[in-house]
Amino acid sequence: MKEIEKGNFVLTGELEPEKVTDLEEILVSARAMKPYVVAANVTDNPLAMAYMSSLIPSYVVQRDVGLETVYQVVVRDRNRLALTSDLLAASYLGIKNVLAISGDHTVLGDNKGGRAVYDLDSAQFVYLLKKMIDEGTDLEGNEIHGKVEMNVGIAANPNANPLDPEILKIGRKVKIGSDFIQTQTMFDIDLTKEFLKETERFNCPTLVGIFPLKSFGIADFFDKFIPGVSVPKHLLEAMAKCKEEPDKEKRKELYDEVNIEFFSPFIKEIKKTTKAAGIHVMAVLYERILDPLLRETM
Amino acid sequence: MKPFEEVQAMTESYEKIFIVGCGTCSTSCQTGGEEQVSEMADKLGDKVVGTAMVEEPCDIRIDRRDLKAHKAEIGEADAILVMSCGVGVQTLGDYTGKIVLPASDTLFIGETERIGKFYDRCMACGECILDETGGICPITRCAKALLNGPCGGQVDGKCEVGEYTHDCAWVLIYDRLKEQDRLDLFMKFRPPRDYSKKTLTTEHIF
Repeated sequence: MKEIEKGNFVLTGELEPEKVTDLEEILVSARAMKPYVVAANVTDNPLAMAYMSSLIPSYVVQRDVGLETVYQVVVRDRNRLALTSDLLAASYLGIKNVLAISGDHTVLGDNKGGRAVYDLDSAQFVYLLKKMIDEGTDLEGNEIHGKVEMNVGIAANPNANPLDPEILKIGRKVKIGSDFIQTQTMFDIDLTKEFLKETERFNCPTLVGIFPLKSFGIADFFDKFIPGVSVPKHLLEAMAKCKEEPDKEKRKELYDEVNIEFFSPFIKEIKKTTKAAGIHVMAVLYERILDPLLRETM
Repeated sequence: MKPFEEVQAMTESYEKIFIVGCGTCSTSCQTGGEEQVSEMADKLGDKVVGTAMVEEPCDIRIDRRDLKAHKAEIGEADAILVMSCGVGVQTLGDYTGKIVLPASDTLFIGETERIGKFYDRCMACGECILDETGGICPITRCAKALLNGPCGGQVDGKCEVGEYTHDCAWVLIYDRLKEQDRLDLFMKFRPPRDYSKKTLTTEHIF
């Protein structure tokens, strides 16, 4: 947040703990992205998959790598008591940022029969966080002993159609008290610019989400299964072409080239023509793209 | 029934109100029968432009039949106060396109005989906000029961749950409120629900 307040165009990265019992892979990724990003999000059971809790890696990455984290918390899996408890623990662990999100519905995940909680929705979660931070109480006004100091982030989906209810919803949340916005993955520059223009009036720093595509398989999965996101046809076709290259190393290079060719002008355009505070790069397990991509754009 | 102060606050900004009672469940519960409709009309006074008893307001065919004689009064009204469960409120909202206001905090839905095609419309949550959501219930019709939607899982007005075949309730609410020029209600932040109210009440004696 300090970098954003200074007016710097910043980058944030993304780390995804999976169904694992150690953090080696996460730490390798965190170290690899550290030179390029000001902070890294740590995802919380994305796509309703039951993974390792995001709190522990959020802490360990800060402690062992020295990279600030954005602790993602979905309201799908926790009621107001559990949310309060986890945020108190996060506070103790020195977590500085929390991203308050709904979470994909349980039926989309790997434990489809689970009861989705949604005791609070994401706006009400922001409301709870503001109470904890500003008033030093829980939702019911019971006093917290000690301080909760955290920046509160919210998610937005500029791909939403119709877009107007999404914009109004963001306005509603900003009014409750949001410090920053991170968007869903964007591929369409015009849509991104339209969205940024519409949300400018909320005066809330916005990081535009991008998702560099490591392979055709990932691109295809993304296109088919991520709610509200479609990969442009020409990009998918270019990725499909790379897939035909038999040599593994060359194939990697080709994929990288396609990504740089697509995302470099995208980032440059955002930086030059909009008031976005930066880019949220969801290059999960694809940290090698950061260096060439940023050399091109920053 | 909602406390009268709540009904009064809900109806305050409307000059002309039409009241609909329910001839079936709400009559037997004594929350929206003839007697309660008439009492409500007396309390609300001059702003009431008419009242009607509908045998089953939750059945659009019966609404059509029983409200035929009241078309002009309903047309004239700014809003309809519905003294039935949340299903009746929503059915009347769909049928008339008018602003509908719930007079009850529905707590349970009694058992009824089946006919053929039904829509899940009311979960009897005990804190009815249909007056704020354009007569469309987000508790029942949003897969996440969000009070401040839509979420990011809305694509072309459809919900991520059910492979984008169901309407997103919050887009429906947005459309309805926009149509009624009431988007200020869409912008309103709705605080967390109080689940203890319903948990603590399992016996309903009126």
